[in-house]
Amino acid sequence: MAATAEISAGAGRVARRGSIKGSRRKALFWSYVFLVIFVIFFLTPPVYMFITSLKSSGEISAAVNPWWVFHPTLDNYTALLGQRQFLIFFRNSAVVALSVVAITMLISVPAAFALARMKFWGSATLATGVFLTYLIPESLLFIPLFKIFAFIRDTTGIELINHWWVLVILYPTLSVPFCTWIMIGYFASIPKELDEAALIDGAGYIQMLTRIFIPVALPGIIAATIFAFTVSWADFLYPLAFTTSADQLVLPVGIITTLIKGDVYNWGQIMTGSLLCAAPPLIIYAFLMDYYVAGLTAGATKG
Amino acid sequence: MADAAVRGIRAPAMGRQMTVRKFARRKSTIAFLMALPLILLILALVIYPAIYSMYLATLNKSMQHFVGLSNFTFLFKRTTFWMVVKQSVIFACTAVFFKMLIGIFLANFVHTIPAKGQRKWRGMLMVSWVIPTAMSAITWFWLFDPSYSAFNWLLAKINVGPIPWLGEPHWARFAVILVNVWAGTPFFMIMYLAALKSVPEQLYEAASIDGASWWQRLWYVTLPMMRNIISITVLFSLIVTFANFDIVRILTNGGPVDQTQIFATWAFQLGIQGNDIPLGASVSLFMFPILGISAFFILRGVRKRSNET
Repeated sequence: MAATAEISAGAGRVARRGSIKGSRRKALFWSYVFLVIFVIFFLTPPVYMFITSLKSSGEISAAVNPWWVFHPTLDNYTALLGQRQFLIFFRNSAVVALSVVAITMLISVPAAFALARMKFWGSATLATGVFLTYLIPESLLFIPLFKIFAFIRDTTGIELINHWWVLVILYPTLSVPFCTWIMIGYFASIPKELDEAALIDGAGYIQMLTRIFIPVALPGIIAATIFAFTVSWADFLYPLAFTTSADQLVLPVGIITTLIKGDVYNWGQIMTGSLLCAAPPLIIYAFLMDYYVAGLTAGATKG
Repeated sequence: MADAAVRGIRAPAMGRQMTVRKFARRKSTIAFLMALPLILLILALVIYPAIYSMYLATLNKSMQHFVGLSNFTFLFKRTTFWMVVKQSVIFACTAVFFKMLIGIFLANFVHTIPAKGQRKWRGMLMVSWVIPTAMSAITWFWLFDPSYSAFNWLLAKINVGPIPWLGEPHWARFAVILVNVWAGTPFFMIMYLAALKSVPEQLYEAASIDGASWWQRLWYVTLPMMRNIISITVLFSLIVTFANFDIVRILTNGGPVDQTQIFATWAFQLGIQGNDIPLGASVSLFMFPILGISAFFILRGVRKRSNET
């Protein structure tokens, strides 16, 4: 009697261990199934973008399988890249994004250093304030900013609206608060001993920042740079509200407003343009994925 | 004599205090100067416009007379306004809920598979986050196109449809939420994946020895461990989704007949296109309450989180 009980208990244990292995295998199987389904869901638009970009307009309007390219052609690419207007969009976008990156870094790195390391009156409040301004959406600010810029024009004669460089003034409102916030987190994680050692060696604060903090927090700086670039490359609301002339547009707005003429959609070129516009962020992402992810998660996990 | 002695003793101490104070003052001056561009930027381009929009909301259309709250009473009387409120709430809450739900599941799926392949899958799942939203929105628009919809072509193969994706109010609402979920889910997934990595492995081992199923482990181990990060991401995304502009603007432009209009797109239509800046400002101000409440709780969550670690 006792023996059978022992045996059955043993059998139960074996069975349970088997079920752990089994449930693990089952979890693995279903994980892959759902991952495949979701990857298809997430990759459909970019893939379809690419498919359409290889089609002639005749094939796009033909009643054939839209998911397949029967006569691949690069006409859309040559047409778009040979178009002066498109190259102007690209140049505007690039100049705006690079300037915004430079301005953002020049403002947010010293400020983050000051807020993380050199306490001054109100510095804690300011750090919280930086985070709160990051939460204020652009859709709340574009109307008053529009009016303010119109007011500046009326009083000083400086026309800000409908110039591409107005975006260089506007985009830092999106990039600087977040970049400062994540840089505060990175700087705060650097051990205090390091700056004490630097101070004993007679380094000033500026030297401390450039010689120690910037090199040590380089991953954070790369993450912040990527963030500033992608935000200013991709924004849609500000350029739509503030620029209208064809030669002042940046890529996203330029593609959507100039390639759609009334009710005529040149889908081959629109998709090609979209793909070319998505390419720089995608390339950065492909090579610097870890920094990209770090920048994304730093906002809520650090600071 | 005694006086002199006392003074003699005190002088160096005072001197030291002076240099310390001067040093502190110097340090805080440098710090303040380093933070000054940031302060100016925030004051001039964020705080000032935010307050200015409250003032704008009290003016008449030509912006010459103070009209008090009559912009708001005007809005309250319009049915479109209440439709926009309703649609904004439905849009933001549904989209955030699904983004969170899919985010949790995807993070768990990625976490379940062998570590070697995780990078690859994570990489593919994040593409929708990397593509500029305006560009992916226009691609979805093309996928939803009334006469050439690639989805309807597939559905026709199984004798379904054609579905008026953007032409009929219910489908249009579904479409804008779908695209928002598509674009925003990777953010949740990445946050939860990072949080999952920090859940001690022993908890899962203990749970599986106790015979917990996959669901039970998710419900009793994973979710309680991630409660804080879930609330932060949900509140954060609530702000961003409430303030969304590009997806709705490009997909439906608020149509059909303002049925998918949300605060940001309607404010744009009234303020910039309709040239009634005060009315547009009044509409966008309705984003403030949700913003304030969310911001308060996010800040609390982030503080709690940094205290824990």
